[in-house]
Amino acid sequence: MGIVMSAHTDLKIPALELKSLVFSWPGQAALLDIPQLKLEQGQHLFIYGSSGSGKTTLLNLLAGIYPCKYGDILIAGQSMAASSAAKRDQLRASSIGVVFQQLNLIPYLSVLQNVLLVSAFAKKIQQAEQRARYLLQKLGLEQQLWQAPANQLSVGQQQRVAIARALLSQPALLIADEPTSALDHKHRDGFMQLMLAEAELCGTTVVFVSHDPALRAYFKFELDMEQLHKGVQPC
Amino acid sequence: MLMQLARASLWNRKGTVLMTVISLTISIALLLGIDHIRHEAKSSFTSTVSGTDLIVGARSSQLNLLLYSVFRIGNATNNIGWKNYQQVKTHPQVAWSIPLSLGDSHRGYRVIGTNEDYFKFYQYGEKHPLKLAEGKVFAGVYQAVLGSVVAQKLGYTLGEQIILSHGVGSVSFAQHKDKPFEVVGILAPTGTPVDQSVHIPLEGIEAIHLGWQGGGMPAPGRSVSTEQSLTMDLEPKVITAYMLGLTSKMATFAVQRQLNEFKGEPLSAILPGVALAELWQMLSMVENMLLLITVLVIVATLVGIVTTLLAGLKERQREMAILRAVGAPAATVFLLIELELLLMALLSIGSAFVILVAGLWGFRELLASQYGLFISINPWHDQTALLLTAVLGLTLLLGAIPAFLAYRRALASGLMVRL
Repeated sequence: MGIVMSAHTDLKIPALELKSLVFSWPGQAALLDIPQLKLEQGQHLFIYGSSGSGKTTLLNLLAGIYPCKYGDILIAGQSMAASSAAKRDQLRASSIGVVFQQLNLIPYLSVLQNVLLVSAFAKKIQQAEQRARYLLQKLGLEQQLWQAPANQLSVGQQQRVAIARALLSQPALLIADEPTSALDHKHRDGFMQLMLAEAELCGTTVVFVSHDPALRAYFKFELDMEQLHKGVQPC
Repeated sequence: MLMQLARASLWNRKGTVLMTVISLTISIALLLGIDHIRHEAKSSFTSTVSGTDLIVGARSSQLNLLLYSVFRIGNATNNIGWKNYQQVKTHPQVAWSIPLSLGDSHRGYRVIGTNEDYFKFYQYGEKHPLKLAEGKVFAGVYQAVLGSVVAQKLGYTLGEQIILSHGVGSVSFAQHKDKPFEVVGILAPTGTPVDQSVHIPLEGIEAIHLGWQGGGMPAPGRSVSTEQSLTMDLEPKVITAYMLGLTSKMATFAVQRQLNEFKGEPLSAILPGVALAELWQMLSMVENMLLLITVLVIVATLVGIVTTLLAGLKERQREMAILRAVGAPAATVFLLIELELLLMALLSIGSAFVILVAGLWGFRELLASQYGLFISINPWHDQTALLLTAVLGLTLLLGAIPAFLAYRRALASGLMVRL
């Protein structure tokens, strides 16, 4: 696995580590109970799960939206459990990129403004504007689109802008929640390749969640939700 | 960044935002307008007469005396003796005096019998003396000086002959037909009851009542012609009231007490400023009600705006999730909604001011000429800042409801909003 532009120099620290993570909604049985998961830097993991299997909750936990009350999640060595809500927000801004199914962009902001949105909340992103232009170009979005309002773009273009935004801060972890579900076959292929290639260039670890088993072909590592609960490690 | 977001978001919803701003603008303009008119009315009211230290009339309540002597409303309880007035005039503390003799009218406008001192010493507003717009002060017995409204409403010009009526109703059965007065002067507008008055010399009042009996009707067979009257003794026996200017303000209370304890006849001496303030207090009930109503209008408008915001929150859930995803704290969601409201409120305040100033400027002429109202076009008063801060505070307070709901939702529903 070639790491070209890594911002994370210490290879010893896993990009993502889950330690006996337990989550349940009040008054309900545990939805998630993951004894252990460790992802090295640059590792790309496909997590397969049917609806209702706790995928969404897991992603909200990984992104630091929900506090982890039992167990811990470490992003590049930083503990979520030990962080306040504000610190988790900060961590998300600087170390985690998120790509949704669709509607990733704020419709009334321009493409470039959408990509740069991260830099308003992350501590400091070096040469953010230059990096945004570089990423947009690499993802095949022509310059005349950059100032256009995001809602004028096609869904495929919007999803590519979403990758640019998610990778702007060169995050340790990229969380993708079925980002191809709104794309047709042809675009899906192009999208997956672009996303994974850019993530690899950044040295970013990818957690890709989907209920579409056809997508596992793009990944070296895969786990389903049941395996996660058993503590199976990707290998 | 948040500012840029709020601006772009508002611009994105410009239709709704425009309607919101318009409704808020109207209610804020209403609030500022009412508050402005309140101030103007008060200052115009309390400066109806100025520079006068004491007003003296027959014993009565101070409001009654004030009403008939200054506002030309109601009637005196009694007249006071001319001789006693002459005696008071010689008081060492008295600098000047204006005698007033009331009781007649011209087509509904009150007639004031007085002398040239009225034009010399009467002051209103910030010590403005009366000014003649046309002509001169009366010099002869049968001459009259009109207030601006009288001249304008009745279409009188200099040289016009007018007939006075006995009594103060607009329809009078007893008219002084035999003794017309010539208009020799017209006063400049003052915005006070002076505009609505017809001024004639005391001697004129005396002359038109020559040969009249006490009952207010001409005695048959005793009429006196105009020429005859001029040769007779026209020194008044009684007047209705007089205004006093003192040599020193310090003496006001001492002179007031001396007049109230006057041996010759029962007198009341009042301080016009105190009496005006007391009268205004009675009227301020109405004024406060008006202000209360406008405050309620603002509250109603804001509640409407908050309702619109609440209804629009679901549509914006996605937007908030995106903000959260890029690392925005949940508080950002709260702040964004409040900031948008604040921008709309500020915009509304700005346009309310523009509309108000433009409106006041546009209607200035009309108000002055038709109603004798002189309203400044600057609606800013000492308490305006406070009032606007209160409006902004109320906006943010009510806006906290949708902002908090959005905040809670952002915390609970997380990133993956399914639509």
